[in-house]
Amino acid sequence: MGQTLLKKVWDLHTVRQLPTGQTQLFIGLHLVHEVTSPQAFDALRANGWTIPFLDRTFATVDHIVPTSDRKRPFIDVMAEDMMSSLERNVRDFGIRFVGLDDQRQGIVHIIGPELGLTQPGMTIACGDSHTSTHGAFGSVAFGIGTSQVRDVLASQCLAIEPLKVRRIRVTGTLPKGVYAKDVILAIIQRLGVQGGNGYAYEYAGDAVDRMSMDERMTICNMSIEGGARVGYVNPDDTTIEYVRGRPFAPPADRFDRMAAWWKSMASDRDASYDDDVEIKASELTPIVTWGVNPGQSIGIDGRVPAPAEGADPKGISDALSFMGLTAGQPIEGMKVDVAFIGSCTNGRLSDLREAAQIVKGKHVAKHVKALVVPGSTGVAHAAEREGLDEVFRAAGFEWRGAGCSMCLGMNPDKLQGDQVCASSSNRNFKGRQGSPTGRTLLMSPAMVAAAALAGEVTDVRELA
Amino acid sequence: MQRITQVSGRAIPMRGNDIDTDRIIPARYLRAITFDGMEDHVFEDDRRLGSPGHNRHPFDTPSYQGASLMLVNSNFGCGSSREHAPQAIRRWGIEAIVGESFAEIFFGNSAMIGMPCVTASSEDIAALMTLVERQPATVLTLDLQAGTLDAGSVRCAISLPPKQREAFATGAWDTTGMLLDRYDEVRATAARLPYTAGA
Repeated sequence: MGQTLLKKVWDLHTVRQLPTGQTQLFIGLHLVHEVTSPQAFDALRANGWTIPFLDRTFATVDHIVPTSDRKRPFIDVMAEDMMSSLERNVRDFGIRFVGLDDQRQGIVHIIGPELGLTQPGMTIACGDSHTSTHGAFGSVAFGIGTSQVRDVLASQCLAIEPLKVRRIRVTGTLPKGVYAKDVILAIIQRLGVQGGNGYAYEYAGDAVDRMSMDERMTICNMSIEGGARVGYVNPDDTTIEYVRGRPFAPPADRFDRMAAWWKSMASDRDASYDDDVEIKASELTPIVTWGVNPGQSIGIDGRVPAPAEGADPKGISDALSFMGLTAGQPIEGMKVDVAFIGSCTNGRLSDLREAAQIVKGKHVAKHVKALVVPGSTGVAHAAEREGLDEVFRAAGFEWRGAGCSMCLGMNPDKLQGDQVCASSSNRNFKGRQGSPTGRTLLMSPAMVAAAALAGEVTDVRELA
Repeated sequence: MQRITQVSGRAIPMRGNDIDTDRIIPARYLRAITFDGMEDHVFEDDRRLGSPGHNRHPFDTPSYQGASLMLVNSNFGCGSSREHAPQAIRRWGIEAIVGESFAEIFFGNSAMIGMPCVTASSEDIAALMTLVERQPATVLTLDLQAGTLDAGSVRCAISLPPKQREAFATGAWDTTGMLLDRYDEVRATAARLPYTAGA
């Protein structure tokens, strides 16, 4: 019987079985950022621990970074304190660091792949739930909490429970105007926000095989929104060609040997799965969330459900009242105040290209505040070389510096009051975008672009 | 290391499925380099906006102050991996959470800080919530070893992974020491990885 990638990577990195029933798993790459690490560094100091595998540790700053005025000290005293704390910690412990002024700075889940740090067959950990993004390369990547950040810093290991594997095969061809974001929203809609609890999601099928690395990252990124801490795609030629030549990729003389190993880590044809699901790509439509979790979504031509139509009527009625929606109302035509293109879900070059194609030569609606926040400085520069920044500016978008921005309320980019935001990010939780009453509609970057132009939720298939 | 076998005290009911960690602790309070004072902001936005079906948020209801157990529904703690969420709840005074189900990262983070999350059936959770809302002074006793929750008129079975129960009983939930033990095995594992060879 063959094995899954998860099992192969897991076994290779297992140090031993712990008395707690958990596996002691060696972590091949630890990505550190400012928000979830300060208390972990304090614990290292208090216990006199050092970092045994500095060559497997890498830090950057993203969550608190202002995207318009990056001058130090930051106006926000707490953000400044957090920033200087990380700078002190990486200096004291000798960690490789991409700081604010570094041309490689960006969202940790964008720059890991971009710099070639993220590679197939690795175990990866980071104090952020969207670490699942890196699974797009055929790595096993965990989002962890601060006590676990402490553990990985001090020991390069995690004490962690084994996972089951659910294969999700996306088969057939995606219709025009339907993107990777719609695929993952559809998966979450079907399997639920806690369906992935205890599972790693393996995304497979011919539609995934044909996807670019950017698209695969969008899908793996939101695994956690479906309850799966880990999501991955088997490495193939697309993966290998993406990694080749990147700054931290294996050097040319060793590359082919590594690439052969990467391919050998892919799930075997006869591997068995704990569960298997098929999603037919041709049946998908652009998807928009209407509620307060990423599973509360409908197709663009759908209507908002009534409480009695779901398994959790109270949850639906609570979400409807928070969102100011009426059961049975179409989502198309809902007025939006803000349009946000960016985040670790959809802040990569191909996302910006797709959105730019929609807005080129047009203008955002008068009442809409629209912003594009490239996921990394590298993405920003690449987009500028193609003139995308000019396309967006001419259409009335603000063009910002790299960071997490309006995905979460930790920096100056926030919703005000009960504004409605068409957003390419990953979470529509109450208060997520920085205003306790702010309302988020998750959708693909192209759909955000279309909503920005129309000033309301609109069907991108009519523009694409 | 602290051993945890039993938690006894009053309970606070926190109704609703899929309560995410952004609600438990809004992101603006993550702009801090310690966990000190996190408890002051637990459910802050929910508390300000009011919780549907309640006149007052449970965390602002006088009779629930000082509770040491929290009752929740399904998929509690979904979303962000921020340990600030269990930290805020623990520092507010909650020593264990009893629910229908928990999101995986939250469950693990809670265990890491010595706050057991145990599960009970939907029917039992519903009965417990109703009991506590009617009689907030009820003292509940959660016995991890026996796998029971005793609330006087309601007594039910709870579950948590057997090995985790053992870890709480022996204090082995404090993981770093365990991971640093037998460190030659960690080095041996690292040495056999193809990608560390040329590093």
